[in-house]
Amino acid sequence: MTSLARRILMPDDRRFWLVFVVVSALVLLVPVLNLVLPDDVGIRPPNWMIPLFGKYLCYAMLALALDLVWGFCGVLSLGHGAFFALGGYAFGMYLMRQIGTRGVYGNPVLPDFMVFLAYKHLPWYWLGFNHFWFAAIMVVLIPGLLALVFGYFAFRSRITGVYLSIITQAMTYALLLAFFRNDMGMGGNNGLTDFKDMLGYNLQAEQTKVGLYVASAIALALSLILCRFIVSSKLGRVMQGVRDAEARVRFLGYSSTNVKLFAFVLSAMLAGIAGALYVPQVGIINPSEFSPANSIEVAIWVAVGGRGTLLGPILGAWVVNYAKTYLTGAAPEIWLFFLGALFILVTLLLPKGIVGALRQMRRGTPVPPDPAPLTEEPGESHA
Amino acid sequence: MNGEPHPLGVGLARRTIWGRSLRVLGFGPFVAALLIAILAAGAPGGARAGDAQPITVAADDSSDAATPDADTQGSDDTGTSTDEGDKTPAAAPVVINDFASAVKALNADDADVKAKAVQFLGAAGDARAIPVLQAMAADGLFATKDGALVYADRDTFRDALTGKEVPGLKSDDLSGISANNRLRGIVQGVIGQLGLFGPDPAIRRQAVAAIVSQPSPEGVAMLRQALGKETDPAAKAAMIDALALFDLADPDPAKRLAAIKLLAGSTDPNVAGMLKHLLETEKDPAVQAAADKAVSSIRFRVGLIDIGVNLFEGLSLGSILLLAAIGLSVTFGVMGVINMAHGEMIMLGAYTAYVTQRAFAAWLPFGMMDFYLPVAVPVAFLVTAGIGMALERTVIRFLYGRPLETLLSTWGISLILQQAVRSIFGPDNQAVANPSWMTGGMDLAGGFTLTWNRLVIIFFCLAVLGALAAVLRYSSFGLHMRAVAQNRPMAAAMGIRTGRVDALTFAVGSGIAGTAGVALSQIGNVSPNLGQTYIVDSFMVVVFGGVGSLWGTLLGAGTLGIVNKLLEPFAGAILGKVVVLVLIILFIQRRPRGLFALRGRSVE
Repeated sequence: MTSLARRILMPDDRRFWLVFVVVSALVLLVPVLNLVLPDDVGIRPPNWMIPLFGKYLCYAMLALALDLVWGFCGVLSLGHGAFFALGGYAFGMYLMRQIGTRGVYGNPVLPDFMVFLAYKHLPWYWLGFNHFWFAAIMVVLIPGLLALVFGYFAFRSRITGVYLSIITQAMTYALLLAFFRNDMGMGGNNGLTDFKDMLGYNLQAEQTKVGLYVASAIALALSLILCRFIVSSKLGRVMQGVRDAEARVRFLGYSSTNVKLFAFVLSAMLAGIAGALYVPQVGIINPSEFSPANSIEVAIWVAVGGRGTLLGPILGAWVVNYAKTYLTGAAPEIWLFFLGALFILVTLLLPKGIVGALRQMRRGTPVPPDPAPLTEEPGESHA
Repeated sequence: MNGEPHPLGVGLARRTIWGRSLRVLGFGPFVAALLIAILAAGAPGGARAGDAQPITVAADDSSDAATPDADTQGSDDTGTSTDEGDKTPAAAPVVINDFASAVKALNADDADVKAKAVQFLGAAGDARAIPVLQAMAADGLFATKDGALVYADRDTFRDALTGKEVPGLKSDDLSGISANNRLRGIVQGVIGQLGLFGPDPAIRRQAVAAIVSQPSPEGVAMLRQALGKETDPAAKAAMIDALALFDLADPDPAKRLAAIKLLAGSTDPNVAGMLKHLLETEKDPAVQAAADKAVSSIRFRVGLIDIGVNLFEGLSLGSILLLAAIGLSVTFGVMGVINMAHGEMIMLGAYTAYVTQRAFAAWLPFGMMDFYLPVAVPVAFLVTAGIGMALERTVIRFLYGRPLETLLSTWGISLILQQAVRSIFGPDNQAVANPSWMTGGMDLAGGFTLTWNRLVIIFFCLAVLGALAAVLRYSSFGLHMRAVAQNRPMAAAMGIRTGRVDALTFAVGSGIAGTAGVALSQIGNVSPNLGQTYIVDSFMVVVFGGVGSLWGTLLGAGTLGIVNKLLEPFAGAILGKVVVLVLIILFIQRRPRGLFALRGRSVE
């Protein structure tokens, strides 16, 4: 094993790899069983489970992305849903162009909603999205670029803490409003939907769904390894220093602005990829993905699982979303009560999330009643 | 006026009034037959059955009204005299040729006769007819035993002819004059026209607008007639404008040009539309140029008025944002806590107003409805302040020093409150009615109306701001609050019970949000999502104005409200909001702590 690979993979951490392999096996077992077993075997996962769990994998990736900036860099972004949705829209544009003449109006170039809105030509920003590679680049580039510009302005003027949270929330709110407009050329209220196929594979086919599920799992695994590499590198140490005592890190000569910007942009790119994988599996992308409430929900996935841990957000996203799917089906009224209570109880009683609590139990130290704040120095916390 | 086949002008006015009189006096087949019988050979051969010739009687009435038909009627027709004291008008031929006879005819048995009488009164343009007709429409017109007509005016009766009070009448002595629906319709229309002669200039202007919106030759004639008597300058200007509008269709270019010159001073967008329409068919270059110029000058003035309207709406939006944001700003300033459930406090305040209104409707006499609002304000304050204090004591106080966790947990609280309200009241919008003293508005020039509810809200917000500023400045609680905001450990060392101050601060912030909800319920519907629609905006106000600064909040709210509304016409409501959000994000680049940053030891 070359030294670079060794540095990236860190094979000595047996515990991580054990968990990684077990979880990966479980995740991959679902589609394998679905494909291999005949229909009438009881333990065969039903077909609807594949895109549902695939969706959870995308959410997990989004949670991991948020954890990178929040859990490791102390920047609570309440606008990560915007990066997720932008990635989704970018890939949705590709899927839209693939429909071609199979749309209701049968226009080879213009998507249905543009024909309906009497567009004559394809808007310039739609050009190129008929190529998969172009869309794939845009999926990463557009969220990354927005994060770069936004983060540059925000971090440069040292907007921190709740101010930053509110500003990111305003960003996603602004995008929500903008994408609702028909003039935006993004399908307005209805968003992009009615996708037929990608790369020549029919999106309705079971095999395609399994393929997307596996792709999501691989993307999640790769981003997990990437994040793990980053947070255990020197850069990652500085990131955690910024989280715990930003002023001190600055005085030591590091540019906290650049560190935060790096984490923010990378996180936005990961969120964009998650969104791109999400869209073909759920079959629609619309402006409601930008709603501030969605972004805040991502924060609770991270908090439930344990921020500042790598496996925590993945676990949190899975647990909360499974509860959501179950509760909104079984008792829709209960869901918001449950989610609200989760927000309160986790912040009050489980500040380090499930994974953090497990770690503390393993070490045998009792959970301290008021753990050290993971946000800012006391002197900075009050604006 | 477009498409009107008649050429319009003075000559037309004479003709039409003549025609009007013809029709007014066409009593319908029954009376016509009677008249024809009486007149024997008097009727000209070409007269249709419905167009009976006017019949004049010897002028013996005391009326001094300048009736329009006095100079237009051909007085050479054979007349039939009727007895002034005739108590059964339908039995004899009815002649209507002046105010007195027309009023008398209102007591006719035949509905057609009544209708003709009403129309005659309308055409005569006599202001004395207005109270009589209004009384008729309201079933308040009566005939006394001796055949005179009186109308009810509050508790007294007045003579229909003279308008003088008739003392000593009892309702037993009177018989009501009935009106069927068709007649009521005619009466209402005539009242509208007669508005031109009424005592109230505002009503006269409305009558002018009614004539302009439904042009008819009779209307034009009435306008000319009214113009001569008009004294109020605004109403006079409106009449001149209206007549000029009719002159636009005049075949004489000079007349059109004069009309355009007159109209150029208008502020009515409809006028611009009509001029624009004229431009399409106009051949004369001079007229064309004048019309073009007039259109642009009208557009400019209309634009100015629109800006005024937007400023007002912006102020009212800003005042609501102020109420919504002030509590947020105070709690963040004192406690360093962002309360995401603040929007739900607004929502709960609005629902308190709704419940108060329902309670008033259910348990108190109807006359008390107007007073539900003064009750709802303190009730909403107490309810939301109580909920706020309970939240602070049970959840938020455990999270001090961890602002991001507070943000998440208060978001959880907001979800629970929203769902609770949805479960109790249902997900639909609930309407809260304005009390009667808050409906309507104050008319300013050019269709610019200041609605009472928005005006009241603006002053209410300023009052709340003033009260809060006074509390902060002069009360010992305010002193403690400011001390804790500036330096918490030092304040605690001085013996201030910071926990108590925190709880009270949170209660006051939530209570003010509750009153904001009451204000919001007065301009829109109440729904469980109400808070969510305002929470982002109120955050922006706080960020823009500076946390913990009342003046910053005031200025921030005012600026955001006005900028939002001013951008709307150019960019549309949604894009305007987006632009504002982007501007704020750029603004805090320069001033990361807002317009009025707190200065003190706690600041970094």
